[in-house]
Amino acid sequence: MSNTPVISAKDMSLTFETNDGPVHALKDINLEINEGEFVSFIGPSGCGKTTFLRAIADLEKPTKGEIFVNGMTPNEARKNRAYGYVFQSSALLSWRTVEQNVALPLEITGISKSEKQQHIERTLSMVDLIGFEKKYPHQLSGGMQQRVSIARALAFDAKLLLMDEPFGALDEIVRDHLNRQLLELWRKAKMTICFVTHSIPEAVYLSTKIVVMSPRPGEIADIIDSSLPNERPLEIRESKEFLDIAHRVREGLRASHSYDEENA
Amino acid sequence: MRAIFQSKTFAILTILLTLLVIWYAMAIKLNTPWQLGVYERAGISEWTNSQFINDTLNQKRPVLPSAHQVFSEMYVTIFQKPITSKRSLVYHSWITLSATLLGFAIGTLFGILIAIGITNNKALDRSLMPWVIASQTIPILAIAPMIIVVLNAIGLSGLLPKALISTYLSFFPIVVGMVKGFRSPKGIQLDLMQTYFASPMQIFFKLRWPSALPYLFTSMKVAIAIALVGAIVGELPTGAVAGLGARLLSGSYYGQTVQIWSALFMAAILAASLVMIVGLIEKRVTKNMGLTT
Repeated sequence: MSNTPVISAKDMSLTFETNDGPVHALKDINLEINEGEFVSFIGPSGCGKTTFLRAIADLEKPTKGEIFVNGMTPNEARKNRAYGYVFQSSALLSWRTVEQNVALPLEITGISKSEKQQHIERTLSMVDLIGFEKKYPHQLSGGMQQRVSIARALAFDAKLLLMDEPFGALDEIVRDHLNRQLLELWRKAKMTICFVTHSIPEAVYLSTKIVVMSPRPGEIADIIDSSLPNERPLEIRESKEFLDIAHRVREGLRASHSYDEENA
Repeated sequence: MRAIFQSKTFAILTILLTLLVIWYAMAIKLNTPWQLGVYERAGISEWTNSQFINDTLNQKRPVLPSAHQVFSEMYVTIFQKPITSKRSLVYHSWITLSATLLGFAIGTLFGILIAIGITNNKALDRSLMPWVIASQTIPILAIAPMIIVVLNAIGLSGLLPKALISTYLSFFPIVVGMVKGFRSPKGIQLDLMQTYFASPMQIFFKLRWPSALPYLFTSMKVAIAIALVGAIVGELPTGAVAGLGARLLSGSYYGQTVQIWSALFMAAILAASLVMIVGLIEKRVTKNMGLTT
């Protein structure tokens, strides 16, 4: 099992048919992600990074080529609840308390009550939200709401976590804090994480692998393996190694002409 | 002092008082011609102002009855008649209310079912919605007698035909509101359910139904008020012997304007109470759902 890549895309393309003609969201993507990696997808808007994540999750279907999740088709993987998905906004159900929101996926698979309670406690403690079980989403800050949605995504004990700009709407201070928490979670739970962002420092700080993408059509411009150690204090962001990787990411983004087009 | 002026009670009382003043002014004006005729026939040529006003406000069959006439008629017919008597307003109200509630219940259920059909089936969405809208463009006064006659012909009479006219009016706001409600979940929430591999049933009960509940209550408030109108209209064409509609009808046959107005007030009170009850249930439910902020 550990030899099969968690995600493997082969010549994968995805085209949306719109009224203005076809839009090539992704073109000829070849990528392998192995167990335990933390992979960030970075690129300007329209580069297909979210679409790629959605293709892994079986929310979009590739129009050409193929993609496998744990050696299965995305549909089988979804049926097996092989992944947890964290959306851009928390997407919590406003009529459910924190614990009821976390319990939603468990109610859908149907597990015993005691098991459910254990799950809720465990996942909420992982995101540091013990004591907020009975609160409603509107009583929480944006950062806390997003933590609830992470706890909810952990409910299936899936080893793969897909995150689509989960901290995009949060302020820098909260984001730093959540980034650290996420790294800790990743190390402890030994998961594979795919993380979409458009913040260069966030991508470099979190990832073991950074996939730089370019738009129209969405293609992979560069794949950078991070040389940073797994143990990462916030200060690491001032180290030379960190800045070198950030520089290479920036170069990758520039080379993809995405900035020239906007200036023209 | 200022607190009194700004209080809600003061505002309501002011409006009430203004309405009463207008009411009495109109009553005097509209009843004057008749009163002058009465004096002329009786050969009375001199009268004081206060006597004249007193007489115009206490005619037996006034063009516009005064407030105290209506309210004393209501008091007598509500509290001083046994509720089984045909002179009791409570008796007539209950007849109308039972048809209203039955019709409203069927209409709500029917409306929800149609909305489920429309939101789950593209063909139904395209074919059903125009008919639903068309059904409401037919004046209820025109179709009510037809419904009563047709149902009578197949042996249905009494409560049900009236209730069905209530249903006919009340299912519409439910359909419109619930279609919107069932479609109110955001794309991201539907995607979330997809990632769980949730069945259509689970998506309905865990996401679409709770999302639609606030819409349901808004629609029900409109629906229950027009269900009452439907029940009253349903009582008119058959020359019904009981119900608020029958009171209106017999009142107009015999020129009993006081009776008509008290039936109208009763209908308004009923409608307001029904809407309030739905509002209270709504408050309770939304509070349990944590939706009140």
